[in-house]
Amino acid sequence: MKKVISGNQSVSYAVLAAGAQVVAAYPITPQSSIVEMIANFCSSGQLRAKFINVESEHSAMAACISASVTGARAFTATSSQGLALMHELLHYASGLRLPIVMANVNRALGSPFNLKADLSDSLSQRDTGWIQFYCQSGQEVFDTILQAYRLSEQVLLPAMVNLEGFILSHTYEIVDVPEQKEIDRFLPPPAPRDCLDVENPCLFGGTTDFYINFRYKMHEEMQRTKVVCRECDADFQKVFGRSYGLIQPYRCEDADLILVTAGTLAGTCCVASDQYRERDLKVGVLRIRLFRPFPGEEICYALRNAKKVAVIDRDFSPGCGGIFAQEIKSVFQGKDPLPVYEFIAGLGGKDVTDEDIGKVIDQTLQTPEPGGVTWIGVLK
Amino acid sequence: MDRGPQMKFPILEEELLYSGHTACPGCGAVLALRYVLKGLGPRTIIVIPPSCAGTISGPFPFSSLKIPVLRIPFETTAISASGVRAALDVMGKKDIHVLGWAGDGGTFDIGLQALSATAERNDNILYVCYDNEAYMNTGIQRSSATPEGAWTTTTPFPYLKDTPKKDIVRIMAAHRIPYIATASVGYPVDLIKKVTKAKELGGTKFILIFSPCPTGWRYSPEMTIQIAKLATEVGLFPLYEIENGEKYILSKKRPQKPLKEYFSLQGRFRNLKEEELRRAEEKVKKDWEYLTRLAG
Amino acid sequence: MKKRYSVKCLEEMPITAISFLTSEGNETGEWRSQRPVLDLEKCNRCGLCWMYCPDNAIVPEMDSFQISYKYCKGCGICANECPKKAILLIKEKR
Repeated sequence: MKKVISGNQSVSYAVLAAGAQVVAAYPITPQSSIVEMIANFCSSGQLRAKFINVESEHSAMAACISASVTGARAFTATSSQGLALMHELLHYASGLRLPIVMANVNRALGSPFNLKADLSDSLSQRDTGWIQFYCQSGQEVFDTILQAYRLSEQVLLPAMVNLEGFILSHTYEIVDVPEQKEIDRFLPPPAPRDCLDVENPCLFGGTTDFYINFRYKMHEEMQRTKVVCRECDADFQKVFGRSYGLIQPYRCEDADLILVTAGTLAGTCCVASDQYRERDLKVGVLRIRLFRPFPGEEICYALRNAKKVAVIDRDFSPGCGGIFAQEIKSVFQGKDPLPVYEFIAGLGGKDVTDEDIGKVIDQTLQTPEPGGVTWIGVLK
Repeated sequence: MDRGPQMKFPILEEELLYSGHTACPGCGAVLALRYVLKGLGPRTIIVIPPSCAGTISGPFPFSSLKIPVLRIPFETTAISASGVRAALDVMGKKDIHVLGWAGDGGTFDIGLQALSATAERNDNILYVCYDNEAYMNTGIQRSSATPEGAWTTTTPFPYLKDTPKKDIVRIMAAHRIPYIATASVGYPVDLIKKVTKAKELGGTKFILIFSPCPTGWRYSPEMTIQIAKLATEVGLFPLYEIENGEKYILSKKRPQKPLKEYFSLQGRFRNLKEEELRRAEEKVKKDWEYLTRLAG
Repeated sequence: MKKRYSVKCLEEMPITAISFLTSEGNETGEWRSQRPVLDLEKCNRCGLCWMYCPDNAIVPEMDSFQISYKYCKGCGICANECPKKAILLIKEKR
């Protein structure tokens, strides 16, 4: 059934559809309406879950971890400061190999204080062993939460579904929320796994010098996750008629310049790319949807015909540059590298227009070689 | 087993701890765990943060407990117990006890926020704090449960702990949870009775267990039970229960012996000054008056 | 306890640190520098030694107690608490 709902509401509807069993909730702008709506679903009886009002995001993730080890399907949502507060537990969750799904509404990390869209919060967590998706539309948010549950329960790694604060979280779009019957076809109840079970007692999370072996097993599983993700997506296509892929190329086959970005910036880039195509300048856009595990081979293949690449980061790693840019530069290892032009824009929710993207395209086309990071939208 | 007529013991025989665990010889904390598990039985799930108990539970691939154990991050004992409970309830497994097991560091200090929240929500868990009065597992560092005048590695002489022990029971009483109790490894029958009472109740239950530590308190290990009893007999660790934050039930163990007897047995109080001893005696007197008044 | 895991090779390991053995393989008796010896004639079978042992190293039998020297760490609590002074601590020979 088609609904006109916000990005946040898409998350809530997806959590309802997925039949989450334990939901931990702590408010933070711009995520709070996700858990508010889920609270309504629980109190009306639509969602038969235990809703725990915790006292901090750190406890929110702790509740998800212990509930998940007990065998329940767990969910929480957060943003920037809350995500940062959970940091140690993100490692803990992936180390325990738990299929937790979390929605993160991307928001800038203080200080200074800013409530708006910025991907630095989730990108700062890229080493925590969580699968990471970056969404562009309300429909994709809904669909990806469902895919995330199925994927994470198959590979036993937690998954983070990212949507930009306000730009996506608070924007109302038409989202098709399928019948529960269809959803149950795609997402079965979780398969049995090692759990806290009085019939079969064991100790989870002990001290060990075998640590490196568990990390290696996680590495192997992360590699496998790309394959399983593709399979999930293909199955999703079969059941619902929609799919997204690990990356989404737009007019890349014959492009001379490919803009690489994530989230809603990709939409703006597509508008700009169309404008430049009308002037016979062959610009394409590559949207990174799955960021962890990093689809390096797929990106390399998508960029193969281009002459130049411009990466637009709505994030920043001080002392280095844009995070997507660093990762994109790494895909050319051992091959003929393409020149990668680095741009940072839109931090702290600063609006990025098609004109701004035009500046990116112009500069990339006109500059013979990339040199350092160019910042769009900073005062002179 | 058909035993001889004399072989009748005051507590249940079934053990839920295996031998071969790595607790120090004479450890009070592992005794606390042994007794509480006897009180709860095998249909129990325990969550343990980094602590002596965490280490005692055994390195991978071993476990020294017969029940399921989840090793959890340090601050999260109370909320981890709440999370297990939420999952069990939603999965329909309501007859399993959930036990949060933390030391004084993980309760009085880093775990206090989560504990307060769990108590405020009145989640159906039993939270037990085994109190060995310092961060023992990391090498005897001071916690807010360390008594005034005690040596620890972070309160070395002459900078001994200069503030009194935090009154965690009063803090928990302010949350008005259904049941709070103080207990001691020196009185296992009393301890297990309190656990049995707690497990029949819903809501959040909190038990503080006095657990002497030979390694950190600097005494010869055979004296653990003797010192545990002495703490109650001198009035430093009174045994009582609080129901719903209001009804106080005192045990009959009134202060009888002089404080000095207790302090003199432990190396950590070697440098206790006369004025500190007097302050401690005053505090015991005041605390006992306060309790007696509340018990009516 | 999970019996199907082992640490012999990667494939047989669990995906995270899940225990599959008990601590009973660890013979903590090796820690001892003194050993308790029980005089059954003085013993009144009160069971306090068994009750106070942190290591479950005193095992009740039909009509007496066995000290499990495999695990006894020699802490001496049993000797200190015995109301009949039926347990003696003697120096462990090594």
